[in-house]
Amino acid sequence: MTAITRDEVAHLARLSRLALDEGELETLAAQLGDILTAVAKVQEVAQGDIPPSSHALPLTNVYRPDEARNGLTPEQALAGAPAVEDQRFRVPRILGEEE
Amino acid sequence: MSDVIRLGAAELGAAIKAGEVSSVEATTAYLDRIEKVDGDIGAFLHVGREAALEQARAVDAKRAQGTEQGPLAGVPIAHKDVFTTQDMPTTAASKILEGWQPPYDATVTARLREAGMIILGKTNMDEFAMGSSTENSAYQVTRNPWDTTRIPGGSSGGSSAAVAAFEAPLATGTDTGGSIRQPAAVCGLVGAKPTYGGSSRYGMIAFASSLDTAGPFARNVLDAALLHEAFSGHDPRDSTSIDAAVPPVVEAARSGDVEGLTVGVVKELDNDGFQPGVRQRFRETVELLESMGAKVVEVSCPSFDAALSAYYLIAPSEASSNLARFDAMRYGLRVGDDGTRSAEEVMSLTRAQGFGPEVKRRIMLGTYALSSGYYDAFYGSAQQVRTLIKRDFEAAFEKVDVLVSPTTPTTAFPLGERAEDPMAMYLADLCTIPSNLAGNASLSVPCGLAPEDGLPVGFQIMAPPLADDRTYRVAAAVERALTDRDGSLIARSPYAVA
Repeated sequence: MTAITRDEVAHLARLSRLALDEGELETLAAQLGDILTAVAKVQEVAQGDIPPSSHALPLTNVYRPDEARNGLTPEQALAGAPAVEDQRFRVPRILGEEE
Repeated sequence: MSDVIRLGAAELGAAIKAGEVSSVEATTAYLDRIEKVDGDIGAFLHVGREAALEQARAVDAKRAQGTEQGPLAGVPIAHKDVFTTQDMPTTAASKILEGWQPPYDATVTARLREAGMIILGKTNMDEFAMGSSTENSAYQVTRNPWDTTRIPGGSSGGSSAAVAAFEAPLATGTDTGGSIRQPAAVCGLVGAKPTYGGSSRYGMIAFASSLDTAGPFARNVLDAALLHEAFSGHDPRDSTSIDAAVPPVVEAARSGDVEGLTVGVVKELDNDGFQPGVRQRFRETVELLESMGAKVVEVSCPSFDAALSAYYLIAPSEASSNLARFDAMRYGLRVGDDGTRSAEEVMSLTRAQGFGPEVKRRIMLGTYALSSGYYDAFYGSAQQVRTLIKRDFEAAFEKVDVLVSPTTPTTAFPLGERAEDPMAMYLADLCTIPSNLAGNASLSVPCGLAPEDGLPVGFQIMAPPLADDRTYRVAAAVERALTDRDGSLIARSPYAVA
């Protein structure tokens, strides 16, 4: 049984950049505990000497020739932006007051 | 109008080529059909009437000039809303992308256009392709045309419902854990998950990048093969795309010869928990293949028992990383930017408001599985299971040409039945997940209606990587034998156009 506390869920939410409300934290604590208990089955099957697979295919890095080609225009790149200023993405403040 | 809609995609393409019907006529017939029935079905998030008719006119003009065009030129298609389209909004059924118009086409979109296909609109799905019922869409419910109180499957449920309701002859989908094969099975359609890397992921909004695969939906095997061929093949813009020829799927779909083929029934993908009618139709179909000259053996793949668990660690882990790109800065929704809040606060508020419950759940689960202290026990173990599953497949394919199982443990379940129980929902993908983890080819073909509820049952065929043609060959045999015996299955759907 993998139990997850409300505080652990709140920590995960901070890492995930999700401003969850109290109700969501409670619900997720119960649901994540249930799901993790069910999927913990992988620990019974997996053993030390088995190599992990991150991928279905044994591919190595693929490169293309390093040649200049046209990308999006600034107008196209900014077309979906929530806020634009002087042909740039305008974002909320990034640095804290103390910095 | 019904004459055009009744035709399969291959037949319609041939009729357009022969000048018996124009693409504008066919496109108009389908747009009118959507207008008539989509209020009941809810398959489409967006219908692009003008864009579609413009493309259709272009195909007709090329034909008039005598330009040689492909077998699907002028044929309409429904496109899953996970593929970017320059001329239509793309949302992945999420509020975080509401109204977003992409600045570029996905490779699959571009190849549909190059093939002269007419994109009717964008279909509903589970938000970011996370789900098995399409109930996780932030926008609307999609209903199964066979019984509108039931799910159309998911995550590509808008695509499956559109084709089953004759709102399109073909549709695209994506399959990360079964999101093409499961909706195809519950809607009585053919749906294929190509070999991983066989179709391009460029411009396909990412869920779990090591698993996501684009594939076709159709009302028959040949149509699915033609669509598979039209959008597959190497793409330099996707670094995991395989640089090899597209397997000869169309030829295999036309052949359907299974004489001498060895078929392995996977012991672990059929048990007492499955719906009796699903098991019955599955066993009958295996016998049918035997009667057509295939050799049938039972195969054990013991690691498959842990596939679902491995998947629900690997897919959310990759998703938690992929969905970090939705940061409220460059495109999509932004919430709470009132001048007082920091970028990080705006990001957290936006993501909390823009993502639905299942997406949040998976981001949280993935963040947990990847965090230090839990990584080895969860994500690491899941990756080891993935190795074992690949080994099980490799061992099995040394003895057999294809593996088979039911596509899903049950027929379409009622809307709402599993919406509050994530683990029950995840079980819908039990039989489909192993092929995503191993990356091999897999396809679902209808194998009749379950006696107890009269709903379609899917027969899954799995083949080694890049042997996609074998899945089409076996599917064509099943389809031909069942059609000869019972007539067309999809024609029995309440929304069929006869």
